[in-house]
Amino acid sequence: MSVEADVKTLIIDEQEVSARAGQTILQVARENDIYIPTLCHLDGLSDVGACRLCLIEIKGGNKLVPACVATVQEGMEVSTDTERLRKHRRTILELLFAERNHICSVCVSNGHCELQTLAQEQGVTHVRFPYRNPNLPVDASHERFTADHNRCILCTRCVRVCAEIEGAHVWDVMGRGINSMIITDLHEDWGASSCTRCGKCVQVCPTGALFDKSKIGSDHPKYPDFLPYLNLMREAQ
Amino acid sequence: MSQTITIDPVTRLEGHGKITIQLNGQGEVEDAHFHVTQVRGFEKFSEGRPYYEMPGLMARICGICPVSHLIASAKACEAIMSVRIPPTAALLRRMLNLAQMVQSHALSFFYLASPDLLLGMEFDPKLRNILGVAAAKPELGRAGVALRRFGQHIIELLGSKRVHPGWVVPGGVTEPLSGAKRDEILTILPEAYANIGLALAAYKQIADRFQPEIDVFANFPSNFMALVNEDGSIEFNTGALRLIDAQGAIIEDGITASQYAEAIGEAVEPYSYTKFAYYKPLGYPQGSYRVGPLARLNIAKSMGTPRAEKELVEFKQLASGPVLSSFHYHHARLVEILYGIEKIEDILNDPGILDKQVRATAGVNRLEGAGQAEAPRGVLHHHYKVDENGKMLWANLVIATGQNNKAMNQGVLQAARHYVKDGKFTEGILNRVEAVVRAFDPCLSCSSHAFGQMPLAISLLSSNGDVIDRVVRS
Repeated sequence: MSVEADVKTLIIDEQEVSARAGQTILQVARENDIYIPTLCHLDGLSDVGACRLCLIEIKGGNKLVPACVATVQEGMEVSTDTERLRKHRRTILELLFAERNHICSVCVSNGHCELQTLAQEQGVTHVRFPYRNPNLPVDASHERFTADHNRCILCTRCVRVCAEIEGAHVWDVMGRGINSMIITDLHEDWGASSCTRCGKCVQVCPTGALFDKSKIGSDHPKYPDFLPYLNLMREAQ
Repeated sequence: MSQTITIDPVTRLEGHGKITIQLNGQGEVEDAHFHVTQVRGFEKFSEGRPYYEMPGLMARICGICPVSHLIASAKACEAIMSVRIPPTAALLRRMLNLAQMVQSHALSFFYLASPDLLLGMEFDPKLRNILGVAAAKPELGRAGVALRRFGQHIIELLGSKRVHPGWVVPGGVTEPLSGAKRDEILTILPEAYANIGLALAAYKQIADRFQPEIDVFANFPSNFMALVNEDGSIEFNTGALRLIDAQGAIIEDGITASQYAEAIGEAVEPYSYTKFAYYKPLGYPQGSYRVGPLARLNIAKSMGTPRAEKELVEFKQLASGPVLSSFHYHHARLVEILYGIEKIEDILNDPGILDKQVRATAGVNRLEGAGQAEAPRGVLHHHYKVDENGKMLWANLVIATGQNNKAMNQGVLQAARHYVKDGKFTEGILNRVEAVVRAFDPCLSCSSHAFGQMPLAISLLSSNGDVIDRVVRS
């Protein structure tokens, strides 16, 4: 196969761009400084297309597709910022807020939360859906960390980082649909699980669902940028 | 025919409340109540949360005195952790608490009470507000705004936010004080001294005119409770509680936070969501007591700062024993503002104030802890129980307004009996009844934090006062 055959040319937001075959639309958009909002995606982890915030429109198809898992095709015309998409993104964010108990003012991630930042960026001024106010537990059994399921948005970043990077696969998801919950091991207390205490899940959690016990108030910036470097160093070895 | 006068809502208070005055067939006041009509539920919904979140959660009870809740809550958490906070952290918290006391008292005196005091109880209600004061007495209006700003600015400098600063945490504070911030606070002190001097002088000039109000504004013998140091000097953060009777004799001394629940009980009345605190050995209502600025100055033997000390001596000349009229809460508040400014200056000049060690850490070492502090309105008590992972199992908060509740109700009745004659009343008379409550500066948002224990009784009365139907939920 020639090198030329691997290059695809496509249009994103009226801008002609070129990409390597097999790249996702999100990757190509970011390489060309075109912004697509994401929440479950994190550089360094596999993509699962769970949050649906990166939905884009492709000319000729009525279906919206997630940019993090859709690969580029020759000649495709992609729109990333239409009124229809903005409406869907706002609705998705509102549903995330309505689903569990997100009280920013007393959350450790206030001011550093990806959900909060996205809501502000996407112009969410209020939530139009009734809040479900579920009575969810806090797992404070771990020596160093706390899991507050009230703030979990089921992005599964913790599940992926634990399985793919740490190799421990302590975190997973139980239940279906609205009853889904992240769990440690076979639904044991985090403190009693096979957790290696590396803290990667805490660093990649986009909200205040997983946090350091010593952090209080809005005192908890997270640093997920280590992942691509970690991958790079491992590949170099 | 019996008649009920309802003042709803009572204005210029923090929170929502109402007053009802019941008249008998002859138009005389039969009974009067001050009702707190809202429920907050903080004790209940904190269950299941990690204990170290409590200061941040509890601060949300109130936007006026979040610092008091932060401090009492952090102290309860520190009892659970069994840690002693670094001395610099203790000094910084003391300064934060005093800054809040200054701004809260400035709010109470200038924004809420001064329209009655400076413009008159009968003044046009449309203009009887802080803007009216600013128009009639611009220099005092400015002093009030400036004193509030002084306190809020210190809170912002220390905690990076004016309302709900997240700086106070179990174990101390999150950040030490910088030299630049200390110097900035030192530069705003002279203006604060000038403003409180102005307010004290103005208050003393007009206070005599209010002798009729002084006589009937919750003016009766009662017990008083406040924090004091071992030497009997005034205290806001540490020390222990002292309870005195109406003659000034000590009933009980040295009540620490962990002994509080043994000494103080909470009674429930059907007409209010705020409980009624009382001293258990004396029972309810005999064991009721007053807290806050009046109680603190009645109990304190000294202020420990020179200018406030002089003012305390003058204040104590108002009566031979404890000062009994709640009207004098206003005067006591101004004395405390002066004390707060002086003490903040003392703290800033402490050689250790810029020390970097301001936080102690520990896990759960006890399953129960209590903390107490003086809020602007009086004693504030937080009591928590946790499981071995530090999750909250139970919380009880006793707020100053609950401790003043019986006295406020008695005061409303006393004033209503005095002013409402032959079933006749004017707006000015009803304003005086409200002003009794205002003298206590109650915080209703703070006081109605309980949920699910409130018996509620509804009585349906015929025009001649017979009970036709009665529904009781308990």
